[in-house]
Amino acid sequence: MDDNNILLSLEDVSTYFFTEEGVAKAVQGVSFSIKKGRMFALVGESGCGKSVTALSIMRLVPAPQGKIVSGEIFLGKRDLLQLSVKRMRAIRGNKIAMIFQEPMTSLNPVYTVGNQIVEAIRLHQRKSASQAWADAIEMLRKAGISDPEQRVREYPHQMSGGMRQRVMIAMAISCRPTLLIADEPTTALDVTIQAQILDLLGELQEQSEMSILLITHDLGVVTERADDVAVMYASRIVEVADSRKIFAEPLHPYTQGLLKSLPQLGYSAKRLLTIPGTVPEPLHFPTGCKFHPRCPIGCSDKRCQTIEPPMRAVQPERRVACWYAPGYETNEEYKEYESKYGKHKRVSTEG
Amino acid sequence: MNRNTVSTNGYLLKVEDLKTYFLIKKGLLRRTAGFIKAVDGVSFDIKKGQTLGLVGESGCGKTTVARSIVRLVPATAGEVIFDRINVLSADKNELSELRKQISLIFQDPFSSLNPRMTIGNIIAEPLKVQRAVTGSELTERVAVLLSRVGLSADHINRYPHEFSGGQRQRIGVARALVTEPKLVICDEPVSALDVSIQSQILNLLKDLQEEFGLTFLFIAHDLTVVEFFCDVTAVMYMGKIVERATSEELYRNPIHPYTRALMSAIPRVAGGRHTAKGSFGGEVPSILNPPSGCPFHPRCPLAEGDCLKLMPELKEKSDSTGHFVACWKC
Repeated sequence: MDDNNILLSLEDVSTYFFTEEGVAKAVQGVSFSIKKGRMFALVGESGCGKSVTALSIMRLVPAPQGKIVSGEIFLGKRDLLQLSVKRMRAIRGNKIAMIFQEPMTSLNPVYTVGNQIVEAIRLHQRKSASQAWADAIEMLRKAGISDPEQRVREYPHQMSGGMRQRVMIAMAISCRPTLLIADEPTTALDVTIQAQILDLLGELQEQSEMSILLITHDLGVVTERADDVAVMYASRIVEVADSRKIFAEPLHPYTQGLLKSLPQLGYSAKRLLTIPGTVPEPLHFPTGCKFHPRCPIGCSDKRCQTIEPPMRAVQPERRVACWYAPGYETNEEYKEYESKYGKHKRVSTEG
Repeated sequence: MNRNTVSTNGYLLKVEDLKTYFLIKKGLLRRTAGFIKAVDGVSFDIKKGQTLGLVGESGCGKTTVARSIVRLVPATAGEVIFDRINVLSADKNELSELRKQISLIFQDPFSSLNPRMTIGNIIAEPLKVQRAVTGSELTERVAVLLSRVGLSADHINRYPHEFSGGQRQRIGVARALVTEPKLVICDEPVSALDVSIQSQILNLLKDLQEEFGLTFLFIAHDLTVVEFFCDVTAVMYMGKIVERATSEELYRNPIHPYTRALMSAIPRVAGGRHTAKGSFGGEVPSILNPPSGCPFHPRCPLAEGDCLKLMPELKEKSDSTGHFVACWKC
């Protein structure tokens, strides 16, 4: 695991929200690592904890309700969770930058976009105002904004959604971060603009060798753009793999279900296959494997209903959390279960 | 029947050269400074029991088409004929009858349900307004519908906040069906829902269509959803339909450069790694200041000559029946 190639790694991170109704375990035992210069995608449906994972990395979990209760987040050799507030602030926006879904609400409407980019630059770098302005113009040009000398003096409301997202990207890359976290960067945009923004992110990544953590719910975007993928469901990661492998041969029943429920272009079907039921709420997670009530196998399997399967390697570079995943029977928890309760009787796996 | 009826040749809805302009008022005296041509000469028809999909990017006028059809916004010109009634000139009585037969399903299942009403009341409200059914018969109809859309009849006294997004959209579907409409206009019915819930709602709508013989006008920006759901697809760009054909034909053989660009921009799960898909730059121009000629020409790789000056009309391709396209170069 201690590979020089790894930029960021999360080890067993859990983030809880302590609310009046109870403890909402938004993120539980999440571990993954992002390699240098790669695009790592975190996919999942709303409320699965993918955004909270990103906020945990930035240490921006809303306090006082939200708290990172355990785990380690290494950026290089430093554990971000051990840093002082001041040192974390020096990393945030500098080494790790973030862009958000809604480019309108993340920009300040009363300052010109140039002002906002200059602010970010001067906060982290010793630069004169005029040098920072020149940088801001350069960043806007890099982000694909035509006529940046003019645009730098404009206000956010004078720009379209796609252009505002480009401004956000310009601001994010202004300090040459090693990691860019993009939280649903194109969800609010039209498809043609989405393609442009994703192209831009890909180009910037190639030029500067930064890593990108892309958070999205769009499996199509993931297959086309990401190198590695982690699928999240109800606060846990259920499957991690190379993006080509995961879509060619999904191992977790949730990943399989998601892929089957998508309508696909040029392939018409009378009905779509569905995953029954709904995504569980953090305050009312089911026991055992959190996917079992919706799972074609797990819904009638005693072990799935009672014991949560941990993430385990089943192939080189592939990890999954499912008792029924092929290769899963070689891990220790599986053997321990069988030594305690005898050989597990498999439910028919015909999904 | 009265004067205001027309024959329709098997079409349930016929829209002919529909134009909806919004006035721009300026200055102290609120003088008219110009028009926003939100819908500018849209024509299509939907056969009984069929589904027409209207696709396009945000701001292209697809929702305004829907709102003009039910007269939620006044149309500037054109004709809308629903079941032999001329909608745009319908009087009060006809309009009330029309609103029983055309219903709407909205995008956002959170803001389209009144949080202070019970589910039972929300679903029954259209019938109460119409005074068509009352008393125990009404309650029974609501209960039957609830179970038909996949909810429990026990939910009748609960409030919207107790339901998830997918369940709320089911409530919206039940409300749309309570008046036993012939035409249901679905305005982005699944775009606010999670992937695993989208397919549930799409299947539900298909089942209901078969069961009740419904006709759908389906508005969406997601081309994959439209291909799955619709018999005929019309692509809109800046207030105009630029291409229209059966979904099968359109997706197999897209002709208009805009349709092709849209298709190539869709991220596909089956498609493998992203490759440079040809340059499709630029953004949708401001509708306040539309370009001359073909509205797509500033972004079009084929644009030249006439494209910059003259507006192409939606014309049927000579070699294929029912494939319409508005492009000088196609």
